[in-house]
Amino acid sequence: MPRGFCGHGSAPPPAVQPRTPLTRIIHQNNEKKSYCQAWHGFVGIAPENTLPPGACSGNGVSPDKRLLFLKYSGEYFGLNERRFALPSRRLRRGVLPGFGPALGLSLFYLCLLVLLPLSTIFLRSSTMGWQAFWEAVTAPRVIASYRLSLLASLGAALINAFFGFLVAWVLVRYRFPGRDIVDALVDLPFALPTAVAGIALTAIYGPEGWLGRPLAHLGVQAVFNPLGILIALTFIGLPFAVRTVQPVLEGLDKAEEETAASLGASRWQTFRRVILPPVLPAVLTGFALAFARALGEYGSVVFISGNMPMRTEVAPLLIMTKLEQFDTEGATAIAVVLLGLSFALLLAINLLQARQQRLAGQ
Amino acid sequence: MNATKTKTLPDGVTEDPPWIRRLLIATALLFLVLFLFVPLAAIFKEAFSNGLAEYWWALSDPDALAAIRLTLLATVIAVPLNLIFGIAASWAIANFEFRGKSVLVSLIDLPLAVSPVIAGMVFVLLFGTNGLLGAWLEAHHLKIIFATPGIVLATAFVTFPFVARELIPVMQARGSEEEEAALVLGASGWQMFWRVTLPNIRWGLLYGTILCCARAMGEFGAVSVVSGHIRGLTNTMTLHVEILYNEYNFAAAFAVASLLTLLALVTLAAKSLLARRSGRAGQDSEELA
Repeated sequence: MPRGFCGHGSAPPPAVQPRTPLTRIIHQNNEKKSYCQAWHGFVGIAPENTLPPGACSGNGVSPDKRLLFLKYSGEYFGLNERRFALPSRRLRRGVLPGFGPALGLSLFYLCLLVLLPLSTIFLRSSTMGWQAFWEAVTAPRVIASYRLSLLASLGAALINAFFGFLVAWVLVRYRFPGRDIVDALVDLPFALPTAVAGIALTAIYGPEGWLGRPLAHLGVQAVFNPLGILIALTFIGLPFAVRTVQPVLEGLDKAEEETAASLGASRWQTFRRVILPPVLPAVLTGFALAFARALGEYGSVVFISGNMPMRTEVAPLLIMTKLEQFDTEGATAIAVVLLGLSFALLLAINLLQARQQRLAGQ
Repeated sequence: MNATKTKTLPDGVTEDPPWIRRLLIATALLFLVLFLFVPLAAIFKEAFSNGLAEYWWALSDPDALAAIRLTLLATVIAVPLNLIFGIAASWAIANFEFRGKSVLVSLIDLPLAVSPVIAGMVFVLLFGTNGLLGAWLEAHHLKIIFATPGIVLATAFVTFPFVARELIPVMQARGSEEEEAALVLGASGWQMFWRVTLPNIRWGLLYGTILCCARAMGEFGAVSVVSGHIRGLTNTMTLHVEILYNEYNFAAAFAVASLLTLLALVTLAAKSLLARRSGRAGQDSEELA
């Protein structure tokens, strides 16, 4: 019996007026108008005499196997199962109240707080003229900041993709003392204010810091160097890399590994040929998320980088500097390019995730 | 994470050799210690480096108190707005089919992809002296940028997606039978919402709110652009940390930072409690089925 049926056992189903004649539901179902995974409820009641002859008799399923009928005291109850076709979009909306106000409020707030302010960037940059825009974007200092931002974010995202996978693997597959605490703390960079992260990392990797001192002995200076930026961006991106891979690893079917092993594959072969392929899209998504996050990062970088033009000045920092010098146009131009990059990444992430969900659905 | 995994872990063929296991655990832990535990410890070590009295003095400084007050004010305004939006958006997205739904979902995530500096900058472009509405605001003696409203707006922008992002999966996973049952039994829309929907989503809602608060109080880049850094007036906690740090007053900077760190730790604790709770709930329903 489907879970949505409200009259378990001998209790009679609630006596309500027919919402939609069942015949129409069946008819619309044949058109397969829309699908929804979450729906597995009660769709309607129809008195027996309203059904056309031969539509159904007794308890059973509809000819297209999309509806389950239960006959109860002269009435038919239509139930549809999980993942079955919905009667119609209109009926689906009619069941629950509040669609209009909820969507209207969301859209209004979204436009007012996000879309309208964001559009001013493009508006402002379109009024400055192509020549001025191009000059602002291709100034050597700006190019240097883009290059540093891209390279440092790329490096940090690569480190995170590797170590994020490793950490997710260790957390999912192995048991060790303190695992729960480690698992919870992975989200720390996400919850910790970036400015706090910035001063903490600067203190640690500074010449007098816990890790900066041994590094200085090796002749490596982390703070006020691109290396420091790389460290800060790695810190910031870590949770994204771990948390995208972890659920996919948890969802893997152990039976496939057992099959591979019983067919004579070594553990390494099993890892490469059985475990890695389904996890790879998630690793890629995590990489892209960490990359996107690092590209726009400001708070943690500003303290550790030293903000030296041409050397340790990332793009968000340069925007800040230009704003402080009241060079709004220059700042806008840099922001447009940075936003374009972020949106391209967001698009790639969405496509990757859609692909991943398709894979998971198969 | 949840107990079922321990039970289903089979022995033998799919186990890695012990030396590989130890090596991987050691490498992962070393990485996490370097990148997570050491910074965390450093914050508290630096905060108390000059003793407890200094720590207390740093927190009870009038400028620090003003910063805390402003941060709380911005949070108290921005978070409820995002909360209402989050509930409305997730209700529409989880329970209804409509055209452009996936676009809406992507747009909700948009502020996450925007650099915080740009998030602050858009409000300067809109409300600043040379901004689109700047002249009008000046004529009416309204001040948004370099004042509290700007800080609230920037905070709301940056924390915009968090409640909705937590609630959408929770609502989608639940389905809507209970709401339909309530309606069939004669409940009005609001009765259904208060008595059925809200109790069911309360844990997701709570975590979304905590996360939203933590991010609101911890926002730095966006707020930094719109604040103008006026001490005691438009300085939030994170900006106060920055000023103290740039004045080489490290102990005081880390003292204020330690408060924000505690907030982050509370957020993490809430998250793992919630995960454990929903993990157990999931298990219960599996057993029932």
